[in-house]
Amino acid sequence: MHVPDGFLDARTLVATAGLAAVGLGLALREVRRNLPPRRVPLIGLAAAFVFAAQMLNFPVAAGTSGHLIGAALAAVLLGPAAAVVAMTAVLLLQALMFADGGVTALGANVLNLAVIAPLVAWAVYRGVRSIAGEGQRATLLAAGFAAWSSTMAAALACAAQLAASGVVAWGTVVAAMGSVHMVIGLGEAVITMLIVAVVVRARPELVLSIDPAVRATRRRSIAYGSALAIGLMVLLAPFASSLPDGLEHVAERLGFAGRAAAAQPAPLPDYAVVPLAEASPWLATVVAGAVGALVAFGVAWFVARALAAPGPAGSRH
Amino acid sequence: MLRDRFLSPYQHGSSAVHRLPAGAKLLAAVAGILLVVLLPRAAWGGYAAVAAGLAAIALAARADLRGMLLRLLLLEPFVLGIALLALLKPGGVPLFLSMLTKSTLCLATMILLTATTRFSDLLAVLWRIRVPALLVTTLALMHRYLFVLLEEMERMQRARRSRTFVAGRTSAWRNSAQVAGQLFVRTSERAERVYLAMCARGWKA
Repeated sequence: MHVPDGFLDARTLVATAGLAAVGLGLALREVRRNLPPRRVPLIGLAAAFVFAAQMLNFPVAAGTSGHLIGAALAAVLLGPAAAVVAMTAVLLLQALMFADGGVTALGANVLNLAVIAPLVAWAVYRGVRSIAGEGQRATLLAAGFAAWSSTMAAALACAAQLAASGVVAWGTVVAAMGSVHMVIGLGEAVITMLIVAVVVRARPELVLSIDPAVRATRRRSIAYGSALAIGLMVLLAPFASSLPDGLEHVAERLGFAGRAAAAQPAPLPDYAVVPLAEASPWLATVVAGAVGALVAFGVAWFVARALAAPGPAGSRH
Repeated sequence: MLRDRFLSPYQHGSSAVHRLPAGAKLLAAVAGILLVVLLPRAAWGGYAAVAAGLAAIALAARADLRGMLLRLLLLEPFVLGIALLALLKPGGVPLFLSMLTKSTLCLATMILLTATTRFSDLLAVLWRIRVPALLVTTLALMHRYLFVLLEEMERMQRARRSRTFVAGRTSAWRNSAQVAGQLFVRTSERAERVYLAMCARGWKA
């Protein structure tokens, strides 16, 4: 999902760089103010760990293999602010040392993979844990669903940037990135859960002490639950079809519309690639998003059940 | 090995390009990339000029051209993957070609920079241009321990391989996750020791 140089236009580059700088700046401030000094070196080493873990192969089929992205894993293991800093370091090193991911697109990549992905992961992780509780199984379920959600959020953000740059039509890129990353996100979820399960068994306090404040009452659970459900609907469904209208509207008002039209010499109606979507694009997106989220939640639930030890967390040590 | 080669982009050398200050090279590389990104889509003459300039610098650096080309080929699939999306658009072929060219030129620029400049020198530049200290510290620690952790991971995988005979897909996933999970546990223990060592040497957050 690393955007290389040469794909995004100047407007998108500047906007994403600004947003990434704000997100990173807030995270750095939060770490300086609230993280105990003894955890600061861990951010650097954890960044190296994420890089190393990304090199592990997870065989899929026919000789292909997937690998970890790591934003959700970092959020679960380090907390949100430290995860933002660690993931930014990963992307900076990849761009400056290995030419992996563009230099001008660094703002966009940091925004998608180091700001949006860990923060969405953290929000979902906390949300699910506050409903499902603090046991091992709940933690794993929350980590898995958080990994899937963060992958989807990063992919959609990336799609939005490519579309805003006039490189591809919004409907095409959302359909392509969305559907591919629904599956990639499942892999990310399972890998994240497997790794968190190992860490929880060996050193439960490393995972469970990150967020000691979660003490869910039933009423709060219901509130969080409905907020999460609404949030997911907002994030996954109408987001996809309402945003381009919003973008076009803004573009028209700011006078970009002429330029955008020039960049797309023969515009097809959006969503023409997906036959189902031709009848009712909004409904199709809602259905696709909801089904994807449900499947991901189901997979996370089953894997969590299979992985969690029967006793209370950490009973093996 | 391909992986080891990928992980060590820097090539020792004593050419004029190697000896240039890292800050100047980084500035030049970023300026070059910005130029390529902002060139109009059909500016084929401009692309050719940039390519010629890069080739001249690569020759002046007496760098390992084959190695750099191999690195370019390794990174090209990611570029191609995104560029292909443009083909889905009607009349997307010129767009596809120009984006592919732009990205390849930018990739080549960064590969040339990293082949002739140590990452630690680039870090020093980031420190001088006042990138927040916490971020530079994180990057420096990451760079310092990256290869330590990769070697540790390698050892754990070797130990696992020498004890496991069957490697189905499920067990492969579990094994990789086991390695990653254990690696994180060891990483956090190492971070504790690093913290104590840093404190002993007068480090303050």
